[in-house]
Parts: sequence; structure tokens; C-alpha cells
Amino acid sequence: MKQKSIAVVGAAETTKLGKIPDLSVIGLNADAALNALAEAGLRPSDIDGVATAGIAPEELAYYLGITPTWADGTNVGGCSFMLHVRHAAAAISEGLATTILVTHGESGRSGVGANALVRTPSSLRGQFETPYGASGPATMFTIPVLRYLKTYGLTEEDLAWVAVIQREWAARNPRASFRDPITVDDVLNSPMIAWPFRKLMCCLVTDGGGALILTSADRATDFPHKPVYILGTGESVAAPLISQMEDFTSSKAFRVSGKKAFDEAGISHADVDHLMIYDAFAHLPFYGLEDLGFCKPGEAAGLSRTATPRLLLGGRKVASCRSTLTAAAFPTCTRACMACTPCRRACARCAASRRPRYRGRRSRSATASAAGSPRPARLSSRTKRNPVSPAAVQQQVGRPERRRRALQSFDLRDRACAMESLRVWGARPDTPCLCTRYPGNDLYHTIY
Amino acid sequence: MRMLPEPTPETRHFWDGCNVGELRLQRCRSCKESYFPPRPFCPKCGTRDVEAYKVSGKGVLWSYIINHRPRPDMGTEPHAIAVVKLEEGPTMMTNIVDCPQTPEALQLDMPVQVSFARQTDHITLPLFAPVKL
Repeated sequence: MKQKSIAVVGAAETTKLGKIPDLSVIGLNADAALNALAEAGLRPSDIDGVATAGIAPEELAYYLGITPTWADGTNVGGCSFMLHVRHAAAAISEGLATTILVTHGESGRSGVGANALVRTPSSLRGQFETPYGASGPATMFTIPVLRYLKTYGLTEEDLAWVAVIQREWAARNPRASFRDPITVDDVLNSPMIAWPFRKLMCCLVTDGGGALILTSADRATDFPHKPVYILGTGESVAAPLISQMEDFTSSKAFRVSGKKAFDEAGISHADVDHLMIYDAFAHLPFYGLEDLGFCKPGEAAGLSRTATPRLLLGGRKVASCRSTLTAAAFPTCTRACMACTPCRRACARCAASRRPRYRGRRSRSATASAAGSPRPARLSSRTKRNPVSPAAVQQQVGRPERRRRALQSFDLRDRACAMESLRVWGARPDTPCLCTRYPGNDLYHTIY
Repeated sequence: MRMLPEPTPETRHFWDGCNVGELRLQRCRSCKESYFPPRPFCPKCGTRDVEAYKVSGKGVLWSYIINHRPRPDMGTEPHAIAVVKLEEGPTMMTNIVDCPQTPEALQLDMPVQVSFARQTDHITLPLFAPVKL
């Protein structure tokens, strides 16, 4: 894929997050999709490619009234949706589709319309892991961690610090489930789930979803929000059995996909202003920082604790991915995640602030779809809600003190959005941002 | 009754071995690599020229968690879900028996020895116990 040839032009989450008993899994997918379509000023009929996991892509397409010329149902666990972004980019580059919708929905908490978790007793996992009591993320992702802690002389307290830091980031996220500060003692006194993991070190179980819309760069500039271009991606999978992970202190898939993404983007670690590492469980940021090469093996814990502000690494914001999954906050989680959604969402907010307000041009995409009578493009709800003057935005992307001044003019909601945007973009709007996802057995990165 | 494995033709020899008190790995006759879980070819070099063989059943405790919310079929008490590293190289998930299920009793790298636990007429699970010094 050529750099910046593909762009994300729409990104949204479900209307509600956390506990959504009135929507099923497919309904959560659709809700997120409709929100992303609205943000991009599109209708379902403008979409000609779909990708999802958890439900079948044909279910999604049918449900939304889409007749795709390309579909992808790759399901490699929670990072499936980030692979979909990569696959979609390739498909658009090859002309297999022009406008692709990627969705995720999970009714993890309410369990509405969710597939039963069935372990086939004849599968590899069913034969060689399930009989010993391993089932579900808390008893699988977590198993290598004691080896990691012993290898590097770390303790439960080091894990607890991650949860504390994540909560600090979560406090800045207006949609986070939990935003009140916590202490290391709070974490170490929370109920034991799977030693050494306590409740506040584990992923929340929630309802939610996300959706992205991708198209080619030449069409991307006609959408309401400034597009986010993809610089590079990487993909890999490793052992599906946690017991067969090659090295318990490092993820091979993480290393392979990370290097690929960096190489494709043609950037170095020093170029990354914002790093979003999937952090469902407290140890994952350690593996992410180290396997991506942001620090040496065993250094991540010390780095996380001593950096000021927390996790600010040499001027780069290395906040965890969703600020965050662990006990803290960001909802779409349980095991699935569109780590790219919060990234893109933040970018979109920043972009919405940076650009003059959308003036109602029809998007080229809508024209190209030949879907019916011309219609006025719709303003995204977010743009409507947060009209921000271009001047304020120019300040926002300027020097830190100017950005802080700009923030003072925002109301609380805008301020929170802007903070998120600043976290992503730092001082330069074109700064690369790296999203990662590591579930111990599969993993993927996208560099925006 | 805990959730039990259902052997396939490719894994049958392993479960048959457990039933007669033998822990069996496979190794490649070409590159000599021992591997697990079972499959009828070498995952390192791809050759089908492989053999099953009885191993020592000795290893060390490689990593684990103590699950305080056991699956209903695993009882009500916290129990360790562990990975052992066998002398021959491969790692294997298991439970640690004849040992308190506590961090103090479960020390990484402690020597363990296979201890077969018959579940039904057809299935015996390879569990591991600390080696008594």
C-alpha cells in the first residue's frame, strides 16, 4: 500500500457505551455504523465493502441494506478490526471496493444476541487448555505474566501502577466508565480475580461498538471531516494457545507486525508523538512498549512509573490505547476493540476544530455512489455540537502555551475533546500516531 | 465433571499414552525437534517423518495464575492454571496437584513431575506435582 493513499473518513462509537440492554450484538454494530455514516455524510447504499468479526459480514451487510462488492470476516480475536483496516486499505488500492465500512459490536455485559462461548472439545484449545480451567481472557492473557515479572524482577505493585496510570488517562476521557483517581493500594486491595491479577488490573466487561469508514485519498478530501491518512500497517498472528507462546516475556506477533508497520510508514520511534497500546490487562502496555522497541526489555515498568507526566516518554505521549480498558474506562472492550476508533475519533475532533465548519457540500462519495437523487450532505452531529472557530483551532495546533489558551475558550465538553485531540496530535497535525493491539496471541498495528 | 478433551486422529496417541501412564511428545526424525501439541508433521521443518516417544514427565513450573473465580466444572476453590516447561523443551498447560494453591507454594522454576489423573474410561489428564526432594 502506498503511504497516505487510503484515509479514514468516518469514525464513531455506539450512541451509548457501557450498559446497553436494549441493543443486540448486531444492533450495536449497526448503531456504530449509522453513527459513522452520519459523521461521513453517507448512507448505507454508499458503502460497497464491509468487514466485521463476531457476526458474519453478510449479516452486517444485509442488516444495513448494503450490497457489497467486497467482504471480510477475518476473525482473529479482538484485533480483527484492526486487521480489517489493513485489508480494507489493500482492497481499496486494488479497486475491489471504494468505500468500506468496518464495524464492531459486543454485548459483553448484557449478553443480548451474543453467540454462546462454545469451546469445541476436539479443537486444540479444547484438548490442551480448556480441561485445565482456562477459559476467558482473565485466565488466558494473564498466564505468561509471572514469568515476565520474575525475569525482570518486577512485582504486583508494578502491575498496580499501570492501573493507576490508566485511570489518570481515563479521567480525561469524557466517555470513560470510571474516571475517579485510584491509588496503588486501591488496586492491590481490590478483589482477586486470577493471582497476580486483581479486579482493577483486569478488563471491564461492557457493551458497545465502533465503526470506521475508509476510502481512497483522492476521494477523502470531500468529506465533512479532515481525513486521517494511513501511513503504514503491519499484521501478524502467533500461537492461538497461550501455553504455546514462544516467549512468555515478549509477543512475536507484536514484534513482527510492529516492525512491518514502522517499515511501511517509513518512520522511526522518534517520529511517534502518540502511542496507543491495547491495555485490556495491566501487563499489556509493558509488552507493547518493549516489543515495539520504545524501550528495552524489562524497562517498561520503570519507565511508566518515573515518567512525568506519567507515560510521557521523551516528549511522546505513550498513553494507553483507550485510556483505557483496564478497570478504567473505554467501553467497547471486553475482548474486542477498535483501538483505531478512539484514535480516529480524537483525530476527527481535532480536525473538526481545525477546519472551517462544513458548509453542506455534497460529498463526492455520495455522487459516485449513484445511489439516487442528490441530497444535501448531512452535518455530523459532532460538528453541529462543537462548532469551534478556525482561529481557536489554529491556536490549538500551535505551541503548547497557545494551545492551552485555546482550550480555555472551550466549554467542558469541548475541552475534554480537545484534550484528547491534543494527546493524539501533539503540536503537529501530521504527527504519526501508532495504534496497537496485543492479546497475547494475536496482534496488529496501524500507524496513522 | 470437568470439561474434557475429545481426541482427534492426530492427537489420539497422546491421550492413549496418558491412559497407560506415559507422557508422549513427538519429535522430528530429520531435525530432531520435539514439539507439542501433537500433529503428524514437524512444525519446524514441515517433514512428515516424525515419531511419538515417551518422555521423562519432568519439567519446571514455567508460569501460572491462581484462578479465584473457577469455572463451575473446576470446583469452588481457587486453583492454579499453570504452564510447565518439559525437560525436552515444549511447554504444556496443566494444573499443579499435591500442593497448596498459593503463591508461596507455587514457585516458578520449581521441579515438577507428571501425575496422571484419570477422569473417565477414555480420558486421563496429565497433571503435574512438585518433585519431593
